[in-house]
Formats: sequence, C-alpha cells, structure tokens
Amino acid sequence: MANALAHRKTMTIGEGGSALTFAALAVLSIVVAAKAYTPEYAFHAYLFSAASVAAVFAIVNRYYERPVEAPPLTIDGKPNYNMGPVKFSAVAAVFWGIAGFTVGLIIALQLAFPALNFDLPWTTFGRLRPLHTSAVIFAFGGNVLIATSLYVVQRTCRARLAGDIAPWFVVLGYNFFIVIAATGYLLGITQSKEYAEPEWYADLFLTIVWVVYFLVYLGTIMRRTEPHIYVANWFYLAFILTIAVLHLGNNAAVPISLFSPKSYIVWSGVQDAMVQWWYGHNAVGFFLTAGFLGIMYYFIPKRCDRPVYSYRLSIIHFWSLIFLYIWAGPHHLHYTALPDWAQTLGMTFSVMLWMPSWGGMINGIMTLSGAWDKLRTDPVLRMMVVSVAFYGMSTFEGPMMSVKIVNSLSHYTDWTIGHVHSGALGWVGYISFGALYCLVPWLWNRPLYSLKLVNWHFWISTIGIVLYISAMWVSGILQGLMWRAYTSLGFLEYSFVETVEAMHPFYVIRALGGALFLIGALLMAFNLWKTVNAAVSAAPADLKLAPAE
Amino acid sequence: MSLWSRHAIFEKNSIVLVIGILIVIAIGGLVEIVPLFYLKNTIEKVDGVRPYTPLELAGRNIYVREGCYLCHSQMIRPLRDEVERYGHYSLAAESMYDKPFQWGSKRTGPDLARIGGKYSDEWHRDHLKAPRSVVPGSVMPDYSWLAETNLDFVRIADDLKAQSLLGVPYTAEMIANATADVVTQSTTDSPDAVDMAKRYPKLNARDFDGNPARITEADALIAYLQMLGTQVDFKLYDDKANIR
Repeated sequence: MANALAHRKTMTIGEGGSALTFAALAVLSIVVAAKAYTPEYAFHAYLFSAASVAAVFAIVNRYYERPVEAPPLTIDGKPNYNMGPVKFSAVAAVFWGIAGFTVGLIIALQLAFPALNFDLPWTTFGRLRPLHTSAVIFAFGGNVLIATSLYVVQRTCRARLAGDIAPWFVVLGYNFFIVIAATGYLLGITQSKEYAEPEWYADLFLTIVWVVYFLVYLGTIMRRTEPHIYVANWFYLAFILTIAVLHLGNNAAVPISLFSPKSYIVWSGVQDAMVQWWYGHNAVGFFLTAGFLGIMYYFIPKRCDRPVYSYRLSIIHFWSLIFLYIWAGPHHLHYTALPDWAQTLGMTFSVMLWMPSWGGMINGIMTLSGAWDKLRTDPVLRMMVVSVAFYGMSTFEGPMMSVKIVNSLSHYTDWTIGHVHSGALGWVGYISFGALYCLVPWLWNRPLYSLKLVNWHFWISTIGIVLYISAMWVSGILQGLMWRAYTSLGFLEYSFVETVEAMHPFYVIRALGGALFLIGALLMAFNLWKTVNAAVSAAPADLKLAPAE
Repeated sequence: MSLWSRHAIFEKNSIVLVIGILIVIAIGGLVEIVPLFYLKNTIEKVDGVRPYTPLELAGRNIYVREGCYLCHSQMIRPLRDEVERYGHYSLAAESMYDKPFQWGSKRTGPDLARIGGKYSDEWHRDHLKAPRSVVPGSVMPDYSWLAETNLDFVRIADDLKAQSLLGVPYTAEMIANATADVVTQSTTDSPDAVDMAKRYPKLNARDFDGNPARITEADALIAYLQMLGTQVDFKLYDDKANIR
C-alpha cells in the first residue's frame, strides 16, 4: 500500500498553492491594468500578470518533469546542496553590476556635461540617479548577498536549502522587483524616499519576497547538522531581519487607489525625515555592512585557508555593531529642524560606531596571520583584503563627518558622495568581486579562467576609486568653503552658480574614475564568462579553493 | 564556565538569536523616533502654515516625480551664510504637511525652501525650459516638456482624500472643490479666487505658465515653487516659543 502510494506522482501543497496564488495574481493584475489611472501603472500591471503566468507555467511544467520523489536531503551521507538559485543570483549580480555602474557613469557625465540629459523625461538626472543607486545597492549588492547567503548557510549548516519552490521564488521574485523598480524610475514612478523610491505595490511585493527569504534562511539554519550557527550567519540573519523592519517602517503609505501607482507616506515632515534616515543609514548599516560582513567572515577565511582571527572579537563585533548602528541615522539631519538632542545622539553613536567597525576590520585582516604571502600571489584574496581596508577607511571617515562641526561643512556637498563611494566601490564592490571570483569556480566546479585578469581588474579599478574619491574630496570641501566664504566687506563672496562652475573639472575626473571602475567590472564579467563556459576539465578545481567541510 | 561560553545559547538556538537581534536593533530606533510625535518643538503649530492647494499638491507631485530633491534641498540650516543666502532657517512646522518630506541631502543646485516669490513666473518658465538660458553655468537638465504636457488633475480629489485620512486637515469642502480649485488657481483674475483664498490663505492665483489656454504641468510646478517658504510671516514669528 505504502509502496503503491510512493510511486504515484502528486502535486505538493507548495506546488499547487503557489500555482493557484500566481494564477490569482495574474487575474488581479489584468483587472488592475484595465482600470489603471496611468499608462505607466498599466504597464507595470501587465508585467505582473505576464510574470505570474510565466510562474504558473514554470511550476506546472516543473511538476511534470520532476521525478516522483522530492530531491533527497543527503546523498551518501553528504548534504545534497541546492545551488541552482545561488547560480542564478550570482549571474544576475554580474549583470546588474555592469548595468548599475554604466548608469552611474552616465549620470556622472551628465553633471559635467548637462546636454547629456537629452531633454527627455526618461533620461534626466533626476530619474536616472535612483536607477543608479538602486541598481548598484539592491540589484548588484542584493543579488550578491542572496547568492552568498544561500551558499554560506548551506555550507556552514551542512544542510540542503529549505523549501522547494521558495528559494526560486526568492531569487526570481527579487529580480522581478528590481525590474519593476527600475522601469518605474524611468517612467516617473517614485515616492522620493532616498534608497526606498519604489511605490507601494512594489514595496508590498518585496515584503512578501523578503519574508520568504527569511523563512528559507531560518529553515535552513534549523535543518543544520552542525551544533553551532557560524558567525557569518549571524550577520546575514541580522541583515535580513533588520532590513525587513526598516522596510516596513519607512514605507508605511496609503495608496490613493488600487488603480493608482501614487501613495502618500504615513509620516510627515520632521518625523518622516527621522524615519527616512533611520532607514537610510541602516540600509548602509545592515544591507551594505552587516550583510557584506557575512561575506567577509566566510570568504576570507576560506580563501586564505585560515580560521577567523578571534572568535571573541567576532561576538563583540556582532552585537556592538548591530546595537550602535541603529542610532546613527540623525547624523544625516544635523542642523535641521530635528531636535538637537536627537542630532547629538546620532553624532555620539556614530563616533562610538568607529570601534566595532575597526574591531571587525581587524578581525578580517588579521585572519591572514600566517598567510600574508598569499597577498602577493592571489589577487582575489588581495581584492578582499583591500576591501576590508577600504571598510576601515570609510568607517573612520563616516564618524568624522558625523561630528556636527565637520558636517556643517561637508553636508549637502560632494564630500558625502565621495564618502559613500569609498565604502561602495572599495568595500562593497571589492568584497563582492572577491566573493564572485571565489563563488563562480566553486559553483560550476571549474578553475577560474585567468588570475592575471583579476590582477588587471584590481589595479584598473583601484586607480578608478582613488580618482573618484579624491576628486570628490576636493570638490566637496571646495564647494563647502565657497558657500561660506565672505569678502572683507562682509558680503557672501560667491553666488551659488559660481560654486557649481568650480565643480566642473572634478566632475570630469570623477567620471574618468567611474569609467575605470566599469572597465574593471567588464574584465570580471569576461573572466567569469570564460570560467563558466570552459570545457569541463579532467582535473578537479584547485583543491585549496574547494570549500572543505 | 566563563561568560563567553554563555554566548552558546545564541549560537545553538536560531529563534533565540532572532529574538536577540530584534531586541538589540529596536532600542535605538524607538528612543529616537517615538518622542518626535510628542515633543512640543516637533509638533509645533505656527501661524500661516496651511495644507497645499490642489494645484500646489499636483506641482509637488511633479517635483517628486522628476527627482528634484536629488539636487535641491528644502532645509535651511541656522548657519550665518545659509540664513544670508536663503533666508530664515527652516522650521519643523513648515514641512508638517509634507508626505514625504523633501529636505533633501545634496545641493548640486541651491536650496529651495524659500524660493517662493524670489523670481518671476516668467523666469521660472524660461528656467525650467532651458536653465542655461537664464543661468549660463547651470548643470540642470532641461524640463521643456512640462509646459507642453497637460496636467492630469481629474482625480486630484482622491489625493486630498488620502492625505486627510493621514491627518492633513483637508475639509470636506476642500475635497469637494478640489478639481474646480485647480482651474481657479491657474486662471488669472478668476472670480472664484476670493472664495478659494478663504480656504487657502495667501493664495497665488494666476496663469503661471504664460499659456492661459491650457493647464500644464508647468502651471502646477511653478505654483508649488512660488509658495515654498512663504507661509510663515517671520516679522510675527516668535522664535523663543519653540526653542529647539
């Protein structure tokens, strides 16, 4: 009896339920598209319905093609890892990275040569800038985080990813959200909250994707066959949880109608400003820092084949970092209508944050103890170590800029942009590139095509970063000083537009730096492409690179 | 058993770890955000501050749509050079109906918190169409299509309704008249302007875009820019009342 049942193929509740849900979403989307107030919104509704129909087809087709039994959790006592979604996210990360860096280069050139706005609504700086920030932070960074976290959690827990359709829903749903967000910006759909520009319906969809991501992640941890949860997973977990809390708090909004893309934020004025920068700074703290520290804690020890420098330091690093970061938001609102006590709290905690940040940097860099020679021979490891060094530099610069008197000069200027990019290009970019150079050979089980190209990537983009951040230091401080310059008679010395004109040479240098960074990323894409498409080698990949358990 | 080994409870129980993280990250946000809804200087009411007219709100939505906040702040800091360059420092009350706020974080262009009334409508018209025709060194994009695009305001009452749901004091009368008020405010010498000014004091009502035949997006955006920072009369404002 049991035997007979085992051989009959039945649709699981997950398959049937998600197919039905997507079918319902497809119908709802078509109704919304038909009654939409604006053509832009109708376009998004049609995208939703097309994606839902594709999802139903994919789920049903997968059901017909799959074997009767669900994939085993272990094969011959070894975990049967689910790396399909990881591979997808890794490829998506490279794609979105190139796209995001390219848009960044375009808007950098627009500031130097405004004719490049082309007098069209869809190509103005105001619409392309959110496209750039979202593409690099959420599309590139987000896919790197999803790919590495789903890889690391399986490896360090020695368990197959929880869920069957769920992990695929996470990676595909997340990337669909990116498409909705990106096309929305170009069409003028935005709620104007920096780094949280997508409108209510995209936010709602992302919430569902994110909850599933959390459940997949937690479910995999619960399946672990290792007694301890490895430190990288603490950071990934803090990243997933906190981003969920921030996303819900900052995007609380009431749409005008189901048929309109427009919504109004629940908060207003000074409260909204505080909520926005509570979100905004912790998008830096938890998306761009905690998540990528998870990468640091797994990939650097793996790559240099040494244990993490100090276990106790990682405990202190983790709890103090997540506790202190949350307080730092008000340093974006110095001298504004936000009460002084809140500004002072924000400044104080930002300065304190310097300590856990450098504790983490020390823990990352000192992991190389006894393996320093590898910096000479392994450009991938060098990239990751330089990334941690950039992390140390920008987490010193940040607390310094959060001091009110420094901020009175730096705020509203390019210094902020330079600071962000030393963290984004140096820290987030390099640790991501390093992780991708490790991950792609591991996932496809092939050696990396060329270490020499990695070396080129490293040096070209390092020159790019240095040009970028030094141009922004000069332009930012110069503009801040020009704004507050007085003549001997006590008049303001410069009109505003004179300070804009003074920025031109630095904007050109910045664009050049950005172009070099993009060239480096293109070299990486080529290198990884050649790696994946190489003929399967008879010899296994370099054993030192294979993740040992 | 040292204190360090106690940490194992987080490393061995995923739910304990999740709860620990949630508690640790909740504290800072709660301390900094919750009081702002109760403190006098963040919920101050200042004479003159009123909700946006339907036309100004439509203009504000265009400001948001085009991402103006990415290069223009609307927050004058109490620093000598800023007060001399832009005017009185910004008050919390002046953005109390801003959903979302538009304080901005970067000044690629100048602050706009008190741009209202500083330039003529003609100047704004020319400047939006081709910024370098009036400010040669500007790096602002051209927004020439704004004056060529009709304003979509048939459902503007829905916007007011949504905002009133969130506490903006739009009355039933304001909501009922929303569409008509757009026409009134964008018409020079409209007979209904007197009546509308009772609902919205300090009303600027005229044809803003120089084209009386149409109500364009430029009408709305210029109406919004021309009212920015003009609501509070600083000759009468008592800056000791809400010391921050």
